[in-house]
Amino acid sequence: MRSLSLALVVSSAVLLAACSSVKLDEKPQVVEKPATPVTQQPDSRTVQTVNTQSVDPLNDPKGELAKRSVYFDYDSYVVKDEFKGLVAAHGKYLTANKGRKIVIQGNTDERGGSEYNLALGQKRAEAVRKSLSVLGVPEAQMEAVSFGKEKPKALGHDEASWAENRRADIVYQ
Amino acid sequence: MKKRHFLRSIALLGLAGAIGVPAAHAQLRVEISGVGATQIPVAIAAFADEGISPVQVSAIVKADLTRSGYFRIIETGSAISETAPVNYAEWKSRGADALAVGSVQRLADGRLDVRYKLYDTVKGTQLSSMPLAVAPASARLAGHKIADDIYEKLTGIRGVFSTRIAYVTKSGREYRLEIADADGEGTQIALRSNEPIISPAWSPDGTKVAYVSFENKKPIVYVQNLVTTQRTVVANFKGSNSAPNWSPDGTKLAVALSREGLTQIFIVNADGSGARRLTTSDSIDTEPQFAPDGQTIYFTSDRSGGPQIYRINVNGGTPQRVTFNGSYNISPRISPDGKTLAYISRRDGKFQLYTLDLATSQELRLSDTTKDESPSFAPNGRYIMYATETGRRGTLAVVSTDGRARAVLAMQAGDVREPTWGPFMK
Repeated sequence: MRSLSLALVVSSAVLLAACSSVKLDEKPQVVEKPATPVTQQPDSRTVQTVNTQSVDPLNDPKGELAKRSVYFDYDSYVVKDEFKGLVAAHGKYLTANKGRKIVIQGNTDERGGSEYNLALGQKRAEAVRKSLSVLGVPEAQMEAVSFGKEKPKALGHDEASWAENRRADIVYQ
Repeated sequence: MKKRHFLRSIALLGLAGAIGVPAAHAQLRVEISGVGATQIPVAIAAFADEGISPVQVSAIVKADLTRSGYFRIIETGSAISETAPVNYAEWKSRGADALAVGSVQRLADGRLDVRYKLYDTVKGTQLSSMPLAVAPASARLAGHKIADDIYEKLTGIRGVFSTRIAYVTKSGREYRLEIADADGEGTQIALRSNEPIISPAWSPDGTKVAYVSFENKKPIVYVQNLVTTQRTVVANFKGSNSAPNWSPDGTKLAVALSREGLTQIFIVNADGSGARRLTTSDSIDTEPQFAPDGQTIYFTSDRSGGPQIYRINVNGGTPQRVTFNGSYNISPRISPDGKTLAYISRRDGKFQLYTLDLATSQELRLSDTTKDESPSFAPNGRYIMYATETGRRGTLAVVSTDGRARAVLAMQAGDVREPTWGPFMK
């Protein structure tokens, strides 16, 4: 039986080589599993996705709304230029979707006292909130809160971890 | 001998206070590392028949006085009852300035009758006598009250051995607000949460604790009655609510709210009603602290560019700046007599505990560690408890206000932080 299946594989490979534009090795590979005949017509079990206009862009992992975090420099509470596009994208979405609400969560790195850092984290959340407000997002759709240094995302004690924690996150409710 | 887990980074000194069995839930362990400049030598005799009590009362007294840093215990040998005659000369020759004796008996209703007397061996007089009747479960408290009495009779300052502390622990993903005796024993859990808890604050009568909880994914101020477990939301305005501090009469709390944009100080009734804005700046104003007279509030503000400590009249007005050394001063705390400010200052990247004499502006650094936070005065003003790091873990430390006597309180596992020293209670 073995030589029969090998023959089948060889004939499939030859057929495939004749039909497709994919270059094959000179020697056809011997496969362990039984070969299934391959044809050029699309499989009748294929399902192709059709996207209608009503799919929420918020859920698109590759869309501009997928990014939800604004990072800040040390001792800084202004939204840097590199994050203005992100803020604008969320601003556009929120003005178009009046029923959506966000909480903006501000964070700090671990250095310093809890309460003062809570207030500094608040400044970061507030900076993002203000930017969105200027873009026309109504008050009622946003709340700025702070976690201060209490919920760090990065747990190290080095500059890389600190930079990751100096952050405001936009969280859709 | 029961097996215990020791932290490698904290050496166990022979003077550790607790004799008890490690608790099923985590317990604070106390390590002493410094003593006061002068130590009063006092002999504490074993109390007659104290074996009938679940805990040796005289042992509690000795441990308390030793931990205070201001006493040196003179050995006494066998038990001495308060009815026994005293040979003053003999005790004086043994180096003791004072002698404490006592006895424990069982009352018909099951309570313990603890009797104690304190003698001045130098003057040859009786200094104090105090009978106490307590349930056996409160034998430790009887020991603490006797230690308080000895401390006060010999130093003139009220003792804090009967007080309690509250603090937050973090172990794995669980946060707890815990209450313990000032010696770290008798831990009770007031709140368990999977989200952070910060800034606990005792009510002046010691029955409630205010705190900030993140259980609803934003900081909210609660007041919890420790006895009934009833919780009241004191502040849940839009934005962040934090930094609760009780007025001395217990009717109001000062809090930090971001509801108007930047964090500012408000005063609110203890039931959460009637929020009134106190500070009006376009900077951060937070960490309000009532002075003992209830008329002034100290707070942290970065209106000058970096955080400094200011004070303002409780009815409003222009704040007055209080700290001028260094570029980062936070966490103001006022001593019970209103004369000393404790705070955390960052100098050369180190966060350390300082005190400031408000009359002379003299500053004193009280710690050698580098990540100090959350100072809290003992109600007699003689000690400050604060959070720090020992090894790589969060621990509590206690230092006397003259900087000499020191102790560290650590958990067996996890971090402990945010200490607040409870008030004197009846």
